[in-house]
Amino acid sequence: MRETVGGEPTAVLAADYFASYSVVGLLALVGVVFVAVAFGAGRLLRPVVPTPEKLLTYECGVDPVGEGWAHTQVRYYVYAFLYVIFAVDSIFLFPWATVFAAPGYGATTLVEMFVFLGFLTVGLLYAYKKGVLTWT
Amino acid sequence: MNDALDVGLRLLAVFVVFLTFPLIVGQTEHKVMAHMQGRLGPMYAGGFHGWAQLIADGVKFAQKEDVVPAGADRRVFQLAPAVALLPYLLVLLAIPIGPGEGAVGQVLDAGVFFVLAVMGVGVLGSLMAGWASANKFSLLGGLRTAAQLLAYELPMLLAAASVAMAAGTVSLPGIVSSFHWWWLPWQITGGLVFFVAGLAELQRPPFDMPVADSEIIFGAYTEYTGLRFALFLLAEYAGIVVLCGLTTVLFLGGWHGPWGADGLGWLWTLLKTALLAFVVIWLRVTYPRLREDQLQKFSWTLLVPLSLAQIALTGIVKVVIS
Repeated sequence: MRETVGGEPTAVLAADYFASYSVVGLLALVGVVFVAVAFGAGRLLRPVVPTPEKLLTYECGVDPVGEGWAHTQVRYYVYAFLYVIFAVDSIFLFPWATVFAAPGYGATTLVEMFVFLGFLTVGLLYAYKKGVLTWT
Repeated sequence: MNDALDVGLRLLAVFVVFLTFPLIVGQTEHKVMAHMQGRLGPMYAGGFHGWAQLIADGVKFAQKEDVVPAGADRRVFQLAPAVALLPYLLVLLAIPIGPGEGAVGQVLDAGVFFVLAVMGVGVLGSLMAGWASANKFSLLGGLRTAAQLLAYELPMLLAAASVAMAAGTVSLPGIVSSFHWWWLPWQITGGLVFFVAGLAELQRPPFDMPVADSEIIFGAYTEYTGLRFALFLLAEYAGIVVLCGLTTVLFLGGWHGPWGADGLGWLWTLLKTALLAFVVIWLRVTYPRLREDQLQKFSWTLLVPLSLAQIALTGIVKVVIS
C-alpha cells in the first residue's frame, strides 16, 4: 500500500485496495454457481441405478481386501520438513524483492540476501550430506 | 451502474476463456499427439477433422452415472473436483494479456503472490479425492500428489521471486511493463525452472507419477465417473492454460513483441501461451514417466539449487545496473 498521511486518505485507499479483491470474490461466486449448476444438471440428466457391486471399492476386479485407509509408510516425510522450512523462508523474499534495488538499499541489502541464501544452501548441502535426498 | 456493467463483462470474459481455452488445448493435444504418433486422431465428431470431439465427450460424461463408492467419505469425495477446478478460474482473473486496464480481468497489486497461493489450492482437490475415495490406489496417488507438491512448489516460488526482484514489483502487469528483451537470457534459468516445476505440479507427463495408469490405475481419480471425472480433466487443461499464461507473463515478456508492445500486444501473449501449450503436449509424447524417487531428486538436487543461483544472479545484476 502507498504511504499516506492522516486517517482519511488511508481509509479511502484501503477501500480501493479491497475493491480489487471483491472482484476476486465475485468470480469465486461465479465459479461456485457454475459447479452447482453443473452438478444439478448432471443430477437431472444421468441415470441412477446403484447396485452393491457397483458401489464396491475398485480393486482390479476382485473384492477389496482390508480397508482403503490403510497404514502406509510416508517415506518422504523428511522432504516435508525441508519443504516447510524452505517455503516459509522463501515467502520472505517477496516483500524484500520489491525494495532491495531502491535508492538507499543497494549493496548492503544484497549482502544480507546472500547471507540468507547462504543459510538455505548450507541447509540443503547438510541434508544432501546426511543422505536425506536419496531414497532407499 | 457502469461499474457494475464493467465488472460483469470482465467476469464474463474470464469465465468464457476458462471454458473455451482448456478445450482448445485438449483438442490440440488430441490432434498433435495423434500426428506425432502417425495417427489421425478424432476425425468424425462435428465433421471437419473432428473439431467437436471434446464437446461430444462432455455430452457423454454428463449422461454417465455418478458412482460414489459405499466406503467413501461422501461429501469430501463429491466436493473434490470443485476444489481442484475453481482455483484456476480465479488465477485467470489476474493474468494480463495486454497493456492497460482493459486487457486484464483485475489488477491485483500482490499478483504473483496471489497467483502462486491460489494455484497451490488446486492440488488440495487431488489430495481430497485421494483420501476420500477409501481406495488403496487412490490413497497412493494422493500421497504421491502430496510428495510432488512438496518438491515442486519451492523451486516455482523461488523462480517467481527472481522475476519479482528483477521488476521490483509483485504485480503481474507491473512485471510485464518493466520487461526488456535482455531479461530473456537473464531470467532463462528461472523460466525453465518455473515451467518444469509447474508441469510437475499439474501432474503432466513426464511428471505424472500420481496418476500413473500402468501402476496405480488412475491415482486419486480411480473411483470417479461421469461429470466429476470430467471436471478433474477440465482442471488439468485449465492448469495448462494458466501455467503457460503465467510463464509467458513472468518470463517471456507477455505482450512485448519484436516490434514493440504497441497494437497487437495481446496477440503476442496468446501466441506465446499457445506455443508453450504445444511444448507441454510435445513433452507428454516424448518423455517416459519419472520414478517417484527420481522425481524428488530432480527437484531437490537440481531445480532448487538452480533457482537459488538464479536469485543470486538476479540480485547482483539488479544492484549493479541500478
